[in-house]
Amino acid sequence: MTRAAAMLSVEGLAIGFPRRTVGAGIGFSLSAGEVLCVLGPNGGGKTTLFRTLLGLLAPHAGTVRLDGMALAELSRRDIARRIGYVPQAHAGAFAFSVSEMVLMGRTAHMSLFAAPSARDREAAERAIETLGIGHLAERAFTEISGGERQLALIARGLAQEPQLLVMDEPTSSLDFGNQVRVLGHVRHLAAQGISVLLSSHQPDHALQCADRALLLGEGTCIALGAPRDVIRPDTLQRLYGIDVRIVETADGVHTCLPDYSKRDRPHRNSA
Amino acid sequence: MNRGIAAYLLAAAALVALTAFAFSVGRYPVSPGELWGVFAAKIFGSAQALPDNVETVILKVRGPRVFAALLVGAALAAAGTAYQGMFRNPLVSPDLLGVSTGAALGAVLGIFLSRDIWIIQAFAFAGGLAAVGLVYWIGSSVPRHDPLLALVLTGVVIGTLLGSGIALLKYLADPYNELPAITYWLLGSLASITPSELGAASLFTVAGLAPMLLLRWRMNLLALPDDEARALGVDTRKLRAVVIIAATLMTAAAVAVSGIIGWIGLIVPHAARLLVGPDFSRLLPLAMLIGAAFLLAVDTLCRTVAAIEVPPGVLTALLGTPFFLWLFAVSRRGW
Repeated sequence: MTRAAAMLSVEGLAIGFPRRTVGAGIGFSLSAGEVLCVLGPNGGGKTTLFRTLLGLLAPHAGTVRLDGMALAELSRRDIARRIGYVPQAHAGAFAFSVSEMVLMGRTAHMSLFAAPSARDREAAERAIETLGIGHLAERAFTEISGGERQLALIARGLAQEPQLLVMDEPTSSLDFGNQVRVLGHVRHLAAQGISVLLSSHQPDHALQCADRALLLGEGTCIALGAPRDVIRPDTLQRLYGIDVRIVETADGVHTCLPDYSKRDRPHRNSA
Repeated sequence: MNRGIAAYLLAAAALVALTAFAFSVGRYPVSPGELWGVFAAKIFGSAQALPDNVETVILKVRGPRVFAALLVGAALAAAGTAYQGMFRNPLVSPDLLGVSTGAALGAVLGIFLSRDIWIIQAFAFAGGLAAVGLVYWIGSSVPRHDPLLALVLTGVVIGTLLGSGIALLKYLADPYNELPAITYWLLGSLASITPSELGAASLFTVAGLAPMLLLRWRMNLLALPDDEARALGVDTRKLRAVVIIAATLMTAAAVAVSGIIGWIGLIVPHAARLLVGPDFSRLLPLAMLIGAAFLLAVDTLCRTVAAIEVPPGVLTALLGTPFFLWLFAVSRRGW
């Protein structure tokens, strides 16, 4: 497959809230079917970056181009048809069923006064099947486990039929098995040509499932490149203030081994 | 889904039966045969052999009151359903943003200035709209806060301020004429409703209901966190403004003709949600059916249970409080 023109391109981006800049000088691009993992400490700006890319926060500087168009000129509906958003799993206030929740992903494809059409229901069903959660479809979203909720929210993002999925720490509240399952789905979706931008607290996730990693800390982009090139003891020390060894296994996989023996020093990036 | 259809059928059947019952009972009992005779005569234009006073009781005395109970019950339930969904909180009632307090202050001011029922109602309606308008304007112009939280807190603060305005007017009111009228209005009543008032209230209720019916699917997304709904393609600011305007129109119209009748907008959406789930497009019609039936039952009790009229707000509270506490005790995590 030839690399298509960048699905998402970001140049000189400064992010933050009104009157408070969190990060600056961020630039990267993402092509179709590529997985980019953003690593960084708590409060380092990962969520702020994602909210800016989704058009939920105005950039303080720089440009974001989506599918060749300036993000600032797209409507909420236009953005929702291109970027699927997968938030961290939450319980929600009302007991919508999983299939109703996934169906909400179709909103941007429906006209203002419409109810979901047969086509929308099919798209939602397909997304549910892709994630293998058909048995949960009629269960209440409030009553399933955190891992199941995360899968349902990914299905909702897929029901948007996006070119890009933005996943904010999709593994952070999941047990080990569900973390691996969710990342397996990420690889599978990328193989189908969907670009995925995700954040994680585990450098191993970037090493094992991302095409590239972006290290976001100290208010800027510390490193960007192939995970095994940029995830090094020195960059992790800068990012998290801890000592980590990178070990290569017999079959050539890189993995992180933190040093637990040292007493913790205060870290300048911790928020 | 079968459960949903059963709930609709049951609510509709209860509504029809209650309506017939409400027309029949009272100081001048009317038999079902007479009731049918009068309506058949009106609908089919056939001649009727019933005495005139039967027709007067049914059409002029009980008609407006029965219709008002149905209308106010449905309007308060619809507004409550919309507010609970929008504020993502099942404990919210349609007067959260101050519409009832504003309307009450308007009505009290109207009573203070004039005894004309039209002026009182116009003041009540305008007061309700103005209070919500003020709350919305302040709540949405404080930056850097969660928009929902800002609205709720502003609503509480402005509501308290308007409440002290009511207290001041009550203190200043003439204790022999104005104060009883104020107290009576604040208790709520459907006893003295006229057809022209009903016409005005129906108009505003329909005006508020139309956008809710049209946006019935999109309303669901307001139950999600704001960022999520926006990322799914919804302009939450605009949608929320439309829902607030629609619910306020309905509530203000109801409060202006009936005074403050609490609890309906709080417990009826709950009951409906237990039966058909939170999807707004199924929830809204059922909540309106139940709301209409509930207020009609309450109002019929109010005028028949004792020699004097019991204010309906008292009875809705008597029925609503235990229901709500029961719900609170048995509810699972999701609403």
